[in-house]
Amino acid sequence: MSLNIGIDLPKIPVGAFVSDLVDWIEANLGWLLDGITAVLRYLLNGFQEILMFLPPEIFIPILAIIVYFVTRKDHKLAILSFIGLLLIWNLQLWDHAMMTLALVLASTIIALLIGIPIGILAANSDSINAVVRVLLDFMQTMPAFVYLVPAVIFFSLGNVPGMIATVVFAMPPAIRLTNLGIRQIPTELIEVSDAFGATPRQKLIKVQLPVALPTIMAGVNQCIMLALSMVVIASMIGAGGLGYQVLVGIQRVNIAMGFEAGLAIVIIAIILDRITQNLIK
Amino acid sequence: MDEEETPEIQIEVKNLYKVFGSKPEKGVQMLKEGKKKPEIFEKTGLTVGLDNNSFEVYKGEIFVLMGLSGCGKSTLLRCLNRLIEPTEGSIIINGRDIVGMDDEEMRKIRRQQLGMIFQNFALLPHRTIIDNVAFGLEIQGIDIPERHTKAAEAIKLVGLAGYEESMPDQLSGGMKQRVGLARALASDADILLMDEAFSALDPLIRRDMQDELIDLQQRLSKTIIFVTHDLDEALKVGSRIALMKDGKIIQIGTAEEILMNPSNEYVERFVADVDMTRVLTAQDVMKKADPIISCKSGPRLAARLMKEYGISNLFVVTQHRILKGIVTIDDVVEAVKNDHTTLEGIVTTDVPQVHLTTPLADIIPMIAEAKLPLAVMDDDNRLKGIIVRGSVLSALARKESEPIVA
Repeated sequence: MSLNIGIDLPKIPVGAFVSDLVDWIEANLGWLLDGITAVLRYLLNGFQEILMFLPPEIFIPILAIIVYFVTRKDHKLAILSFIGLLLIWNLQLWDHAMMTLALVLASTIIALLIGIPIGILAANSDSINAVVRVLLDFMQTMPAFVYLVPAVIFFSLGNVPGMIATVVFAMPPAIRLTNLGIRQIPTELIEVSDAFGATPRQKLIKVQLPVALPTIMAGVNQCIMLALSMVVIASMIGAGGLGYQVLVGIQRVNIAMGFEAGLAIVIIAIILDRITQNLIK
Repeated sequence: MDEEETPEIQIEVKNLYKVFGSKPEKGVQMLKEGKKKPEIFEKTGLTVGLDNNSFEVYKGEIFVLMGLSGCGKSTLLRCLNRLIEPTEGSIIINGRDIVGMDDEEMRKIRRQQLGMIFQNFALLPHRTIIDNVAFGLEIQGIDIPERHTKAAEAIKLVGLAGYEESMPDQLSGGMKQRVGLARALASDADILLMDEAFSALDPLIRRDMQDELIDLQQRLSKTIIFVTHDLDEALKVGSRIALMKDGKIIQIGTAEEILMNPSNEYVERFVADVDMTRVLTAQDVMKKADPIISCKSGPRLAARLMKEYGISNLFVVTQHRILKGIVTIDDVVEAVKNDHTTLEGIVTTDVPQVHLTTPLADIIPMIAEAKLPLAVMDDDNRLKGIIVRGSVLSALARKESEPIVA
């Protein structure tokens, strides 16, 4: 019965509507898109220049030392990072790796700059939280590839649309865990700040954020890991770096090339993960 | 017997209502019509928190709000600094009604006049002890050197000097609550709100903290509103106690008033299990020291008095009833035989003594051992009364059997 009705009725033009919307945005908000592109490109280039400023033979030991201190003198991990980074260099993937790292860092920073404030807002208002939760569920169940489509439409091909797709993909955990971290603060601690006469801003800065920090940092960690995985996928729309090497490996059925790039991604993932996890403690 | 000056009122609560839920005014209306909590919940889904409470808290007293969980005592406490917004009524603190006060002014009152201490200590886990204690001062915008000086003083006051740079999770429960106390003292508020402050501590530490609170209160003369569900604690620390049930204060009075004259059956049941030996003190069980004899009198008078009253010993005092000692019948008879003219030489100065406020629990073992009656003394060493075995027993028997009518 209901199926018949579905067949008899004309198709609802969801696709056509979205396509019209895209046309309208392109026509009327082009200046905004250009502005975003410029800012993102600037940020990305900045990171890339910083990461490429030192030659690998100097940068690798520095990174290993940073890992050593951030992980509270875990020498095993520091040595492992050192060897891993040397391997990347040896495989002649250093420049690609730095490109990927720049993409990850730039995307993560933007995702956090947007995600943490939204998380704070959601934590302090149940109605905002209700809206945000629906959006986040939607964002997280949507297959990652789908983000590539609007990114390409609005920002064409290259690193910038790759970053946009990455930011959208990596943001949800930052929002969720900021929200969760603040909501989990024991009532008494909130009462302390109120009872001693804190303003809402003092409460946020002196109580809510510091107490929620471990949870927020778990969100940052998740955000970085998701950004890394999305940066690889974003190579399909022209984002550079190790992902692109993997993609080329697939296209040419070049197992050696694909595997080496994949290995480099794993090494970077481990180092980023351990550093951010230890920042919490 | 206590000095009864007219006490200065620090907090005055008038007709305070709190109803939780949307459109709480309707619940208040129903309460005024005499409807009860369960009925209101059934009809409107509104939860009654406080039902028409009025009381005064005097300057420098420990005012205890007591009742079982859910009776509204914590709600009432939180209304006093508006962590919970009252639905109706007024709360006058130091002459100003805080209900309806705007945020900015309310913050000022909270910062300067109201300190709060929480059941689970509520220390900020990322801050050192000194920064926890200085929290209130920091909120007020006081600069670091000054607030650290003040915080260090408060830490010293609660006996935690040396722990300034520790983190909260390095301290035991009792120490944590001292930090909570120091935090409330640091901002020099004259009113402290204590919400089940000692309930999370184990019994021994709890008792120490109670003693220290009483001591601190006497030294600093803060006004303290103390919430507890523990009757023994209430009786121990409370200058006055307000017993609550279903959001309503059903009796206010001193520990003795509540125990001796429970206003209704609920209060009576509530206080039924109280260990009376901890509540009653020497002055509740003593009897008048009569007769007594001046140290200037002779043994003949002593002998006559003893015979007249049928007693075998007699307290000897100086002019202002300052206790000199005791004489026994045997010594007096001996002195009369030997024609002594004064009591000197036969007065035993080694008389067991207790203070007016000594609890009965401490008196019982003394009286069990003592051959002589106990002398009950006041602060100026004057003899106020005596205690013999019989008076202890009869006091206990009386208190337990019949509800006493004032």
